[in-house]
Amino acid sequence: MLYALCFLLFVIGLYCAVVKKNMVKIVIGIMVMEYAVNLFLIMLGYRIGGIAPIIDRGQLESGTNQITTAFLSSSVDPLPQALVLTAIVISLGSLALMISICIRTYEKYGTFDITEIRRLRG
Amino acid sequence: MSPSTTLGTSIPLPVFVAVPLVTAFLLPIFSRKGKTGATVLANLATVSLLVLAVASVGQSGVYEIGKWSIPLGINLVLDGLSSLLLLAIGVVSTAAMLFSARYMEQYTAKAKYLSLFMLMVAGMNGVVLSGDIFNLFVFLEIASIASYALVGFGCEYEELEASFKYMVLGSIGSIFVLFGVALVYGNTGSLNMAYISKAIQSSGLNAGLGFALCLFIAGFGLKAALVPFHAWLPDAHPSAPAPISAMLSGVLIKALGVYALTRVVFNVFGISISTGWLLIVLGLLSMVAGAFLAIGQWDLKRLMAYSSISQLGYVVLGIGLGGLIIARGGNLAWASLAILGGLFHLLNHAVYKSLLFLTSGSVEMSTGTRQMRQMGGLAEKMPVTRATCIIASASIAGIPPFSGFWSKLILVVAAIQAHFYWVAAIIVFVSLCTLIMYLKVQRYVFLGELPENLQQTKENKNSMLVAMIFLACLCVLMGLLVIVPSLRSHILDPAVKVLTDGLEYSTKIINM
Repeated sequence: MLYALCFLLFVIGLYCAVVKKNMVKIVIGIMVMEYAVNLFLIMLGYRIGGIAPIIDRGQLESGTNQITTAFLSSSVDPLPQALVLTAIVISLGSLALMISICIRTYEKYGTFDITEIRRLRG
Repeated sequence: MSPSTTLGTSIPLPVFVAVPLVTAFLLPIFSRKGKTGATVLANLATVSLLVLAVASVGQSGVYEIGKWSIPLGINLVLDGLSSLLLLAIGVVSTAAMLFSARYMEQYTAKAKYLSLFMLMVAGMNGVVLSGDIFNLFVFLEIASIASYALVGFGCEYEELEASFKYMVLGSIGSIFVLFGVALVYGNTGSLNMAYISKAIQSSGLNAGLGFALCLFIAGFGLKAALVPFHAWLPDAHPSAPAPISAMLSGVLIKALGVYALTRVVFNVFGISISTGWLLIVLGLLSMVAGAFLAIGQWDLKRLMAYSSISQLGYVVLGIGLGGLIIARGGNLAWASLAILGGLFHLLNHAVYKSLLFLTSGSVEMSTGTRQMRQMGGLAEKMPVTRATCIIASASIAGIPPFSGFWSKLILVVAAIQAHFYWVAAIIVFVSLCTLIMYLKVQRYVFLGELPENLQQTKENKNSMLVAMIFLACLCVLMGLLVIVPSLRSHILDPAVKVLTDGLEYSTKIINM
């Protein structure tokens, strides 16, 4: 169910990026897609009632085997979180570039409407 | 060559990424006065990368970053296919960098340009070496974002529009890839390509993985500008500065698109009959549509951009044909021949298309226009540009003994052997269309009457000529790569073997 909602968010973003005429709205659509994917990655590793994937020294002293089984069955998966962190940084970089190109385009053409920004043809 | 016995290579693999990356961050330090220093440094970096790429030919190995063994850590993998791509990137970036030394004097902020250029090279080298699918995505984004900025480098009307269009479609492609990576991780629990492949082999394709494969094909297809996804390329490639057009058409669409696509389809998911057909159809569509759209163009660089789509179709067609034969359990020798044709065409196209874009840059710099109707009679004024352009045109049209002839010949022979007669007919037909479009270039740019306003046109000097002549020599000599057996067994055959082996990739990497 949650995955379906997440996919719905992705499709809304894709729709917005493909259909909208305003450059800023297209950028927003792309970002919505990006966040839908990030959300999906986080949900992959999420576990209801899960604990943080950290073992502290106090736990270690009470027998390793016992700890690892309990740990594996209750902690969330940390890898997707690391991936999402990287993905967010990348999307920040591309967002900054996209917005700066939008601003430069507005300075040149005086509009954000992509139907009026059409010098390239053929 | 037995990869399982050669554990490491004599070259530490991270240098392919580290050298351009470090150079990229050193370059902005140079002030406006230190422009010469920055240019020399950047040229040194590309030349050293070319030398390293040549040295890496025929080797194979795995490098574990930070000594974390797979699947815990990230690994870099050098095999035949990677070193083929590294070679192409090395050759084209060396020539383009040499060309930009003089060409980019027209623009301000040269150091920033050089820095973005090196970032793009770092990203591409990373993509072809990475053995980790998320790491591949990261490098893909580094190269893409640098290329979006480079397309819009002039900051004029057309450049900004093209850059925005390219960036929107490119970002959507990247997000598809990231979504695919997430699905793959959710279904197999691994990010290392070898381990993903192993998990897929043992569990088979389920719905989630099938959807991930579709996302990968769409995402990498967008980067490679295969025909249903090609809308951005004819705007983006002509708008960029000429050396960047050469880089984009020459290697970027191949490293980010075709290479990543074949790696994922052949070595991770395994080729099936349906994906083989899909690649063939995409390839044929690109070939035919690209060629028809190119003939009608009057903008010199736009014509070349459309012909890039068409030529890339050949590469995908060859690889898809080979894949289909393998998936059907057909004769492996024919499959190898088709893949050899595709990969050899990839290498050839990298050389002659970048040469064509460099000549177009040289013409544009001297005449100040890209419209073929406003040119003519430049043959006497620009003899070297003309000569190199003829060599490149002959190569791309497939006139013997130039390089393009051999790869097309191999593709035709492979198609006939596999009883795909109609495919062979289309290959020959598109080749004829290519000949027509480049005859048009020769006729309107170099022959005919010299217009009044171009009487003062002069040939460009120094580094631009060196770059063009370097690539032209390669165009003439590349045919040797298939004719001379020892060269072929070192450069092309290992790359073909990576693809024909398919899923054995995972076993090799894990045992290494």
